[in-house]
Amino acid sequence: MADNKKTVLEAKGITKQFPGVLANDNINFDLREGEVHALLGENGAGKSTLMNILYGLYQPDSGEIKINGELLHLSSPKDAILRGIGMVHQHFMLIPVFSVTENIMLGAETDHRAVKNEAALTRLDRKEVAARVSQLSDQYGFKIDPNAIIGDLPVGIQQRVEIIKALYRKASILILDEPTAVLTPQEAEDLFRIVRELKQRGVSIIFITHKLKEVLAIADRITVMRGGKVVGTAEPSTATEQQLATMMVGREVLLTVDKNAATPKEDVLKVESLRVRDQRNLESVRGVSFNVRAGEVLGIAGVQGNGQTELAEALTGLRSVESGKISLGNKDLTGKAPRAFTETGLAHIPEDRQKHGLVLSYTIADNMILCDYYKPPFSKQYVIQQAALDENARKLIKEYDVRTPSPYVAAGKLSGGNQQKVIVARELSRPVKLIIANQPTRGLDVGSIEYIHKEIILMRDQGVAVLLISAELDEILALSDRIAVMYRGEIVTTVDAKKVTREQLGLWMAGVSPEKVL
Amino acid sequence: MDWRRFGFIALIIALLFGAVVLVGMSSESPILIIGSMMATTIAVATPLTLGALSGVFCERSGVVNIGIEGMMLAAAFFGWLGSIYMNTVFGFSMWPSLIVGVLSAILAGGMFALLHAVLSITYKVDQIIGGTVINILAVGVTGFLNRQLFFDKSSIFGGQVPHAPGVLPIIHLPIKEALEGLCGMFGNSPSCIITADAVGKIFDQKPIAIAAIVLVAVSHYVLFNTRWGLRTRAVGEHPKAADTVGINVVWMRYANVVIGGMLAGLGGAYFTLESVPQFQPLMTNGRGFISLAAMIFGNWTPVGAWAASLVFGASQALQINLQFFRTSIPPEWAFFQNSYAVGQIPYILTMIILTGIIGKTSAPAADGTAYDK
Repeated sequence: MADNKKTVLEAKGITKQFPGVLANDNINFDLREGEVHALLGENGAGKSTLMNILYGLYQPDSGEIKINGELLHLSSPKDAILRGIGMVHQHFMLIPVFSVTENIMLGAETDHRAVKNEAALTRLDRKEVAARVSQLSDQYGFKIDPNAIIGDLPVGIQQRVEIIKALYRKASILILDEPTAVLTPQEAEDLFRIVRELKQRGVSIIFITHKLKEVLAIADRITVMRGGKVVGTAEPSTATEQQLATMMVGREVLLTVDKNAATPKEDVLKVESLRVRDQRNLESVRGVSFNVRAGEVLGIAGVQGNGQTELAEALTGLRSVESGKISLGNKDLTGKAPRAFTETGLAHIPEDRQKHGLVLSYTIADNMILCDYYKPPFSKQYVIQQAALDENARKLIKEYDVRTPSPYVAAGKLSGGNQQKVIVARELSRPVKLIIANQPTRGLDVGSIEYIHKEIILMRDQGVAVLLISAELDEILALSDRIAVMYRGEIVTTVDAKKVTREQLGLWMAGVSPEKVL
Repeated sequence: MDWRRFGFIALIIALLFGAVVLVGMSSESPILIIGSMMATTIAVATPLTLGALSGVFCERSGVVNIGIEGMMLAAAFFGWLGSIYMNTVFGFSMWPSLIVGVLSAILAGGMFALLHAVLSITYKVDQIIGGTVINILAVGVTGFLNRQLFFDKSSIFGGQVPHAPGVLPIIHLPIKEALEGLCGMFGNSPSCIITADAVGKIFDQKPIAIAAIVLVAVSHYVLFNTRWGLRTRAVGEHPKAADTVGINVVWMRYANVVIGGMLAGLGGAYFTLESVPQFQPLMTNGRGFISLAAMIFGNWTPVGAWAASLVFGASQALQINLQFFRTSIPPEWAFFQNSYAVGQIPYILTMIILTGIIGKTSAPAADGTAYDK
């Protein structure tokens, strides 16, 4: 289809070695004019490294880059911007306290590509830039107020600001790094529309993702990376999700979770009109009530930042409660310390595994007794029992398949998937009534996701209540028996997981009221 | 801008001025007292203002600088040294000696700041540790050289403190004369003459004090209305974002830290070249730290930091002016005569301000963190 179009970007034999990892191993990649070329791969496959090389942030150890046929050495992002490359990073490169205009003009204050070297004390002409931003924004139907402060804007809009930032610099090649990771399904649809529009206007796009559905929906061509190498290319018209997943992971994977119908029993967790304030003292959980029964998974769907973090912290005793009641297995735990929760039978898989799940500088063995260290057999007369600690660690490492050379490796040295397995092992090996799993598979590879999902369903089938909080709709749909949707600190609706569609959930997550949708 | 904050500043200054007026009213006209308080406030706030500006430039670019105290102390010493070298050794007259002195002070501040930049930006040493190193180093270097040069018989000054070329003189603007002329047009009423005299006093300032106020305005403009300012704030908020649009984060931080050091250096020159013609070990006496409090209270803006510096200046001016009215202080308020009691005011104010009761301040997001690609 696009075969006769000219190649705008060509990377040949790109190799990049980081201490201990060969991030890019002899990569060949090219981009044709006006196409969407998807780069598919798991976390750690080397996609972002390759893109950072094309954007001049990293320099390759070997290999060459040609843009519009010209052999180039990109020593900084400035060089890349000059050649018309723009990049929208996964974590937006916007300054929250600056206005839209200031963010866009930064680095290109007096001209659109920072070519001229104007004096440092040149006066900023905010008006002129704002006018140009409005014009670009209208062109694509973005409706962006150039004077708005970035921190006040929703992430979907921030992403558009990033796109305008690239277009303002007259980018003709646009790199989108995991652009849908932070979006609702509807916002993702909007983004796809924008991508198609950009394509029509002749912009060539590299679309980085690990989501198979998206690749098939938007790409003209697909390149798959694994372990720093290109493992193959595919055409969206002929490829299937299963084929792509196998290429991406290197073995057959189960894309759907195998599970039987749930047989829920008595209420385990009961939450009544819970109100919680966040760091800035704003009420972020506003009168939430629900229950989770033994033997079922209740999924909480919602765009990040709608109170899920604070809810999970309150339900594990980590954040004080403004008002309302939390009871676990008929025991009132409102206002109790985290230890009261764990002793009553709570297993917590926290949102940020490195900050709240593990002590990174401790060994795996130490991390595995963090909940029980003060009790026998791990502790006798205030002294840790080394033999018990060792036995426990070896047993759990084997049982939960943690890949490590020894139990005495610092937890921080493990990969994300193995770190999560250490947490899962510690939490689920205790007598458990309720599991609160907050973003349990964020940033993990497909293999680890498969493992964690299986483990959660296994616990459910043994009669444990599971509260799953996730921003990934696919995960919510795959695991949950019931789904509650959280929007602006409230649960707007709770539905049977079998009777709801992705689209409905997406609309509720975006704040459309349930009456209008059903 | 934050009106609550400025309101608090105005209130404190009014209270401090009011106290002096109450005490001195019986022997001096209130207008004259206020005029002389204002003049003293502006003069003694000079090192605080410059120190706070120094902090603003460093921290806006993302480098915490608690070494301002040390930079000022070093600048006070080297500025002094530069001026007496010119005067005694090379035999220059007062003006060239003092000018070279001020330039040496700025250079010394810049050099110490460069050391801080190397430690905290290139070697990514914890910035609080880096700043502490600067403070300790400055005390050591100035104390050592002070002994070697002025108390050792074999030194170039023969073991005694040489005669100083003097201090920077007041630059007299004919404000008083102009106002008196105006009074003449309205029949020369005594209160008009007194007011003219009081206002004239406020404008009789020395060069570094005037430079500090000019620099406040210039810094505010640079920080918020120029390319340099936008980039400086960007590297202090989100260095990675700045890097991705082609800004050299390391260079921006180096430049701003050194600019900050030079401002602190000018502040240091105030002590030995504008205030008194002598150097004493530890003579900055915590002013560098108070200027950090002023910077925070001014929410990392030059104008805000200046206003906060004036509060501290006013409390010092209170202490100075109360000395004139010693005799009219009633016996039950005698502790006011004790300069230690009044001298505590700036430190107590600093603590109150830092609790955040008077409005929360927000530091640049990447303040104090080294940039790793």
